[in-house]
Amino acid sequence: MPDPVKPPAFPDERAPWPGPFVRYDLVKELVVALGVVLAVVVALTVLFSSPDEPPVTIQSWSKAAPADFLGVAVSELNRTSGVATYGPPYNEGTGSVQKIGPISLQEAAGVKVPIETAKDYVLEPLHEVPGAPRLRAALAAYEQAPAALQEKWAANYEKALPEARFVAGVPVLPPGRYGPVAPMMASLLAMGQSGALDGALLAGGHHFYATDYTKPLLFVSAGEYFEKLAEHQHLLGTQWGMMNETGSYPGQVWLWLFSFWYQVEPFKSSSNADALIFMVMGVLSLAFICIPFIPGLNRLPRRLGVYRLIWRDHYREVES
Amino acid sequence: MSAPAHRPAKAERTMWTTRVRERAVREMPPEKLLPDRQPSYVSSWIYVFGVVTIAAFAVVVASGVILGLKGPEWWHLTGLGHFVNSMHLWAVEIFFFAMVVHLWGKFFMGAWRGGRSRTWVTGAITFLVAIGAAFTGYVSQQNFDSQWIAFEAKDGLNAVGIGSFFNVANFGQMYTWHVILLPTVVVLLIVGHVLLVRRTGVVPPYAARLAKAPPAATATAAGAATGAEDA
Amino acid sequence: MTGTTPLGAIFDLNVPAHYLSWHFIQISVPNFVVIVLMIVVFVAALLIPFPKREREP
Ligand code: HEM
Repeated sequence: MPDPVKPPAFPDERAPWPGPFVRYDLVKELVVALGVVLAVVVALTVLFSSPDEPPVTIQSWSKAAPADFLGVAVSELNRTSGVATYGPPYNEGTGSVQKIGPISLQEAAGVKVPIETAKDYVLEPLHEVPGAPRLRAALAAYEQAPAALQEKWAANYEKALPEARFVAGVPVLPPGRYGPVAPMMASLLAMGQSGALDGALLAGGHHFYATDYTKPLLFVSAGEYFEKLAEHQHLLGTQWGMMNETGSYPGQVWLWLFSFWYQVEPFKSSSNADALIFMVMGVLSLAFICIPFIPGLNRLPRRLGVYRLIWRDHYREVES
Repeated sequence: MSAPAHRPAKAERTMWTTRVRERAVREMPPEKLLPDRQPSYVSSWIYVFGVVTIAAFAVVVASGVILGLKGPEWWHLTGLGHFVNSMHLWAVEIFFFAMVVHLWGKFFMGAWRGGRSRTWVTGAITFLVAIGAAFTGYVSQQNFDSQWIAFEAKDGLNAVGIGSFFNVANFGQMYTWHVILLPTVVVLLIVGHVLLVRRTGVVPPYAARLAKAPPAATATAAGAATGAEDA
Repeated sequence: MTGTTPLGAIFDLNVPAHYLSWHFIQISVPNFVVIVLMIVVFVAALLIPFPKREREP
């Protein structure tokens, strides 16, 4: 018979504990913990509040950086932008398609959130502008022109854009062959600055309610303006940004390992970094879940001996 | 004619309801489900961090429900709304903080020994699901942070095909994950996790460092030393 | 968009964070503080004696 007053020195891990018990008030513990956590949360809130940087709207962007806005807009029209050439899930491009070895899960998953940049970001919104006979005429001229000419106009416009001046908010480019693209872009900029484009991209002009921000977000985020704001807040991937928060707040610290891989080779310079790192993290997460079954790792705590500190009262008693 | 109160009649014993109840009571008698005593070795502050994690999670849920009912306008534009929003954020920080300290503690105890591997597994899955829950919360804030996180995360998710079904720029979708689906999963996991602990009892200490094991205990001590440390 | 915050922030953390850099490792001071606190709390939980309770047979 085991002695109930002295704990066993070699307890059977599977059997019920044969040794002594102590009082332990779980319900009280939980209630006290709730009180303490609530007090700490209120204290932290009063002391530090929380970050809330306003979002970038198409309006704020096109007002603050009209040339950046026009550069993105004309590349969407010309289908040379990052989104236009991205690939799944937005379109059939290949610009951002990643592979793990020979396999592309991205391509296998397919185009599920289709975006046609010229139509979605430029042509359809412009068609929504009421009245505006000159814009109407420009749109008609653009849409009837052969594809090669459309491309030429847009490419000329894109090339000349760095020399653009803004006269009372209206873009003025050096003389060149931009065809109807120049008045179209001027109208789109006006639309952006008025805030109308935010609404048009969100609702597509057909709905009252909205919950899907894919189109405006992909548009805004293509600008250098957006990236500069993020860089200033240390949010870029190359800055361990995944872990960081705006201002001086702690961020998603638990993403440290995910963030880490982006800083080292071979991932750092790989065009498949995202896919490879996802795979690595998947394997590591599985290993973390399976620690009890991994030989060596499942006995590591015994080797480390920290348990001697946790259960020191117990060992003091049984080893005396 | 009546069956004895404590022993169901034959007909009752074939009923599914009776069998489920009997099994539940057998596996989890009330004094095991909510014990008022613990083995003598439960004598360290490290044991409180599981309960602190539950407490922090409760504050996360309570503040989150208020935010959800009042809406984004409220949490961005009013003082009280921003206050509750801040509470939600700090409760999340404490939730992860306590969970990580708890996790470290359980690792150094080798708390998966003696048929307790499922407790570790459910805990580890909870940790990963909670990261997803926090992530969907960040992209549901409707501020610059959300925009940037969605913009960055989309490439990772797209690269492995998840982006085709899980679109970080779709607020309605992310919000559904954040306020319903993932919290429900976390709650279910926590319930399962805690029930598993209650069923097996907390893990006993590793064998003591004594020169010679008393004869009665040699068998189990040898077991513990040679590799019965997995499930 | 914080608008009015009559109930918040004795210390305004809406200022750019400081960063610690060491080779390729970069970490914001607030994140570093959180990690250090986690370790401190963990070590304290191991070292601070737990109150003795009554034995029950
Ligand atoms: C939402 C997150 C979690 C909650 C609410 C939670 C809660 C709890 C509670 C209340 C206990 C019993 C008392 C204690 O020792 O603290 C416990 C035990 C345990 N937890 Fe967690 N836990 C969580 C996450 C985790 C994680 C991430 C792991 C590890 C990967 C983990 C591993 C364990 C193990 C192995 C035990 C058994 C302890 C023993 O037998 O001594 N838990 N958990």
